[in-house]
Amino acid sequence: MTKAQIETLLQSELYKIAPDIDVADIDRDADLREEFDIDSMDFLTLVTALGKELGSDIPEEDYAQMGSFAAAIDYLAGLAAT
Amino acid sequence: MPSLGADMEAGTLVEWLKAPGDAVARGDIIAVIETQKGAIEIEVFEDGVLKEYLARIGDTVPVGTPLAMISGAGDDTVPAPATPVPPVPPKTPKPAAPVRVETPGGARLKITPAARRLAAQHKIDLSAIKAPAGQEIRLADIAALVKRPAPESAGSAMRDAIAAAMSRSKREIPHYYLSQSVDITAAESFVAEVNKDRPATERLLLGAVLVKAVATALRKYPEFNGHYEDAGFVPSKAAHVGMAINLRGGGLVAPALHDAESKSLDDLMAGLRDLVARVRAGRFRARELSDPTITISSLGDRGVDQLYGVIYPPQVAILGFGTPRDRPWVQDGQIAVRRIVSMTLSADHRVSDGLRGAKFMTAIDRQLQNPGDL
Repeated sequence: MTKAQIETLLQSELYKIAPDIDVADIDRDADLREEFDIDSMDFLTLVTALGKELGSDIPEEDYAQMGSFAAAIDYLAGLAAT
Repeated sequence: MPSLGADMEAGTLVEWLKAPGDAVARGDIIAVIETQKGAIEIEVFEDGVLKEYLARIGDTVPVGTPLAMISGAGDDTVPAPATPVPPVPPKTPKPAAPVRVETPGGARLKITPAARRLAAQHKIDLSAIKAPAGQEIRLADIAALVKRPAPESAGSAMRDAIAAAMSRSKREIPHYYLSQSVDITAAESFVAEVNKDRPATERLLLGAVLVKAVATALRKYPEFNGHYEDAGFVPSKAAHVGMAINLRGGGLVAPALHDAESKSLDDLMAGLRDLVARVRAGRFRARELSDPTITISSLGDRGVDQLYGVIYPPQVAILGFGTPRDRPWVQDGQIAVRRIVSMTLSADHRVSDGLRGAKFMTAIDRQLQNPGDL
């Protein structure tokens, strides 16, 4: 998966959870949960969906590497490459 | 039409999920109604056969009015329905040419709550609308059909419902408030340890542990668990814990996790996931809104240190959890960095006093120090 594909995937999964937030309006380097106004349950839903799409489970100890939209893309790209 | 709280006077029928002639069993979802609190699924409470509809889609029906006639198993004759109360006419004018097609029973539609509400207001049959494959029907789709601008957002009706319930609470319930700092280092470590070897689908959240700790502590402190009714306080044996869940469109609801005291952590977590998913999708059951015997409100993801909740009548207590933070903490004569959360209790002075409240909170704290026992 290319980074662009990862970004599209992340965007579409976030849209399912936070349809009222436009990715164009967010700060890609700011706190992901705050930018999309998502709580711990939403985040778990996101991680579950992404893991399923990528065929690779995201361990809880890696959550910190998904702190912002940009960081999450980098992390997921790395995960998809393994 | 069930009552979902003292502030509810009527609901609008938006969807039938069973057709006349269908067999129904206790617990089946038979219809969907729209209330100030969103779309609510109506359950059947006995086994039988659906004989006939007594209300039409789009009707606004007062609380207590029969919606359908169900004959019990073995009944030969249909009991006479209670005198039907004329439906309250919708405030909005009917469109010039109403779109109306009979609903085939059973089909479930993907539709946003706002779209469902607008369709009901205009008596538009939802089965006649074709959404693009795999997509839900949105407000704009319905608005295009009625050819008039979308009405004011659902938020204002929700705000009215919250205002009514909270005003009643502050008018009638003599609140008292307590606060305690709780070390949740052990509880967080426990959750992290459990989750380490689990796939995302089976992971726990701290919230489930908090629910279990509260429900367990309630066994010894029944005066915080139940309903205050006209005749006074009625304690509940089961702990139906209302979970305050925010809605993205604004407002919040607090439906129940049933029988939390007798469920395992994994079952509670599964229940919590299911409840949040359905609330976010705008679908929960009537019973879930009227059943809670105590409420937990957590703003743990929102950065505030503490919150003091307003009791939701007829309940008599609400617990608030703030954001867990690393704090200096004295333990065994040493200063250590521990994970601390502020826990607050708002409780009803007609039923309990601060001393019992303090003991109740201490009992919750103790449960959280030994999360493995929960």
